[in-house]
Amino acid sequence: MREIAYEDIVKAVKNLVMHTATHLPEDALKKLKEAHEKEKSPVAKKVLEQLLENAEIARSEERPLCQDTGLAVYFIKVGQDVRITGGLLKDAVNEGTEQGYKEGYLRASTCECFSRRNLKEEVGYNLPAVIHIDIVEGDKIEIEYAAKGGGSENVSRARVLAPAQGAEGVKAFVKEVISEAGPNPCPPIIVGVGIGGTFEKAAISSKYALFREAGTPNPDPEIAAFEQELLEELNKLGIGAMGMGGTQTVLAVHVEKNPCHIASLPVSVNVQCHSSRHGHVTL
Amino acid sequence: MSEVYHLTTPLSDEDIEKLKAGDIVYLSGTIYTARDAAHKRLVDLIAKGEPLPFELKGAVIYFVGPTPPKPGEPIGSAGPTTSYRMDSYSPTLIEHGLKGMIGKGKRNQAVKDACQKHKAVYFGATGGAGALLGKLIKEAKVIAYEELGPEAVRELKVEEFPVTVINDAYGNDLYEEGRKQYEVKD
Repeated sequence: MREIAYEDIVKAVKNLVMHTATHLPEDALKKLKEAHEKEKSPVAKKVLEQLLENAEIARSEERPLCQDTGLAVYFIKVGQDVRITGGLLKDAVNEGTEQGYKEGYLRASTCECFSRRNLKEEVGYNLPAVIHIDIVEGDKIEIEYAAKGGGSENVSRARVLAPAQGAEGVKAFVKEVISEAGPNPCPPIIVGVGIGGTFEKAAISSKYALFREAGTPNPDPEIAAFEQELLEELNKLGIGAMGMGGTQTVLAVHVEKNPCHIASLPVSVNVQCHSSRHGHVTL
Repeated sequence: MSEVYHLTTPLSDEDIEKLKAGDIVYLSGTIYTARDAAHKRLVDLIAKGEPLPFELKGAVIYFVGPTPPKPGEPIGSAGPTTSYRMDSYSPTLIEHGLKGMIGKGKRNQAVKDACQKHKAVYFGATGGAGALLGKLIKEAKVIAYEELGPEAVRELKVEEFPVTVINDAYGNDLYEEGRKQYEVKD
């Protein structure tokens, strides 16, 4: 058994949260630069220019890339030969999240659903984090993190299709979601698609798809081809950066596919804005 | 072809009349922040015939919930939030003199109609450019509803704040027109 201390997890999470808020990761930056080169609309090109400038200011002056510093979402893989000492894993992740959001001058955005009361006093600063935990082989803990903004989450959708609708039905649904979203999720966007599994498996898969390095194809060549096809279809919509019209609406499409029940075909579309703030740390 | 304007608040009917969807405007002067919760309170005050915390005639409201300022700075990152959440309140404010709104994302028909009827415009700022836009805000002070935290009403002094006209006073919509221009039909 390898021991990992609670305090080390808190510290690692705090650093991850603070760094991610101000440093747009290389994959997202590269995709934005490519979009800026390819864009045909002068208005959209100007927006992309602002986004690149924004990333530079955020990095060099350590200012949050966006005022919506998101809800903190984690996918954590815990090796089964690890023993955590001094406290619970979830508590450590929440504590690191709170410290990072406070010390980084990030926004506390969690609230009670109906009264809309901010929960920073009674639950914690931007708490609770959304934490997905998986037990895997090995003696390490791998923490993958994303700061997920509200605007792009608001346009995300899930639907259970009839099996007969097949791949064409999935394509039509994804197109419908992105077309309807238009300017609202801050395009150019990354589109995570979870296909199959059960209702919640599809949704979680679509979220996890967004944690992949932008533009890295699915290892299954058939799914990779499907991703490429969707990308081309979606860029025909003409939405463009910030919805002002243009050729570069979607930076990448990531699809995760799972076996499903003989009676159903669940699909979930989770949208990520251009400020794709994600990162990971291994302990 | 889109024009570029440099305007100072408060905005007049003449300012609004020259603006067309797609034009780029650099705004300077005083603007006010408000999100859903503050909008509800402003509209309630109007219904009761009570005075508002700021002069609405010619005003520009920025839909934003900034990050907390670092020590010594007026404001943190401050890009636009999604505007549709203000759709049910904006027409009343426009009717009472509001001339400009800054946000991101689609507005409903009632807002577009109010812009046309009472001469007002909806500007889009670049969502996710919070670090860049926050730097163009030179002063910020909370003037109402401090208990709302990021959603409090703030008076901001801005210099050359870049926005694009999305909905003008003539019924044009850049989101619809821009998209039509680049849409590829099979």
